[in-house]
Amino acid sequence: MSYSYTAAALTRDEMADLVARDIPAGAFVNLGIGQPTNVSNYLTADQGVTLHTENGMLGMGPVATGEDIDGDLINAGKIPVTELPGASYFHHADSFAMMRGGHLDVCVLGAFQVSRTGDLANWHTGAPGAIPAVGGAMDLAIGAKSTWVMMGLFTKTGESKLVETLGYPVTGLGCVSRVYTESAVFLLEDGTVTVRSTHGIGFDDLAARLPVELRKA
Amino acid sequence: MAPRIAATAADAVSGIHDGATVLIGGFGNAGQPMELIDALLECGASDLTVVNNNAGQADAGLALLIKERKVRKVICSFPRQSDSWHFDEAYRSGEIELELVPQGNLAERLRAAGAGIGGFFTPTGYGTLLAEGKETREIDGVGYVLETPIKADAALIKALAADEFGNLVYRKTARNFGPVMATAAAQTIVQVDQIVPVGGIDPEVVVTPGIYVDTIVRIAGENK
Repeated sequence: MSYSYTAAALTRDEMADLVARDIPAGAFVNLGIGQPTNVSNYLTADQGVTLHTENGMLGMGPVATGEDIDGDLINAGKIPVTELPGASYFHHADSFAMMRGGHLDVCVLGAFQVSRTGDLANWHTGAPGAIPAVGGAMDLAIGAKSTWVMMGLFTKTGESKLVETLGYPVTGLGCVSRVYTESAVFLLEDGTVTVRSTHGIGFDDLAARLPVELRKA
Repeated sequence: MAPRIAATAADAVSGIHDGATVLIGGFGNAGQPMELIDALLECGASDLTVVNNNAGQADAGLALLIKERKVRKVICSFPRQSDSWHFDEAYRSGEIELELVPQGNLAERLRAAGAGIGGFFTPTGYGTLLAEGKETREIDGVGYVLETPIKADAALIKALAADEFGNLVYRKTARNFGPVMATAAAQTIVQVDQIVPVGGIDPEVVVTPGIYVDTIVRIAGENK
């Protein structure tokens, strides 16, 4: 795929749509809590994607509303969801064995930072007094065949969240292969960062703002 | 031996003593054996080590056990939630110990305990703060961390139905940790919506075989 450019930065919905279109037909996919959950709204029936939720289900359907709300049927974010035809339930050890064993095709996660070599930080700010909570983050990071990240590219103070080395505690080493942001989509492979597209910013301007070396697709 | 059928939740948990390690099923409120936890609180056992995915929500169940300072230590993956105020307070005041375990490692450590496995090498957590001080090994170019089983004195879990042999079926994502916790404790205590005669559950759909179940109690008005 060669480099492309759009004049406007991507909205969150456009990012979710882009990720959804990149998911291969027939894939088994886990969507993390937060922005990645929105990807499910852009998957088409034709794609035949099966969603996994780590609390023990394949074939998860849309968020439940009204009379469909059932406290025994929730996603990993503890939101009531629905089941699709062909769904299955399994216990937690099986659910994570499925993930750790490389049976899921794609996992999409949020992040605080991603390093040039695909190290992921998304579980703990390391701030003094913060109560740490990891949940399934470390399992999700390293389990699927491909781990993709969706995040804003810059912090509120304008620093790049794509970095040479992580400034936050590690979730998983060398696990991220793609990063989707409002300003660009990055492909990470063997320490090389390739820019597939930029949005609202040109390649050269982007390269000037990021602390890692970039290659144009 | 067929399990004991307890008349009440209080009767079901009466064997749990001070200092016990107790597995509590549930992911959030789904599958959380609320009545058994309430009974555990009422029976007064203290100095407990509790294993659960979370550290209690709002003002019910495990959160109340923590509020009343019955829990010495929590082993869990995700203690911090918007409504985990009782844990947060106990933790910040240094009145509760936390062992944070990645969720998949938590499930597998329970599975290992029930399956007689002395430890296992997992890639989850390798190179992170949660692997500090643990043995690591590289196998075929991948880094792994040695994790050990979590054995317990008692497991409190919730299932949809049991037969009188203790065979269990669950309901939807309320299954979560139930089946692995049932295998990992010396005493597995199950609250169910209904108890059916032997033969009332198709052997092909049994999720937890009765060999793992010691005590059953029916709690009326449970699952829909």
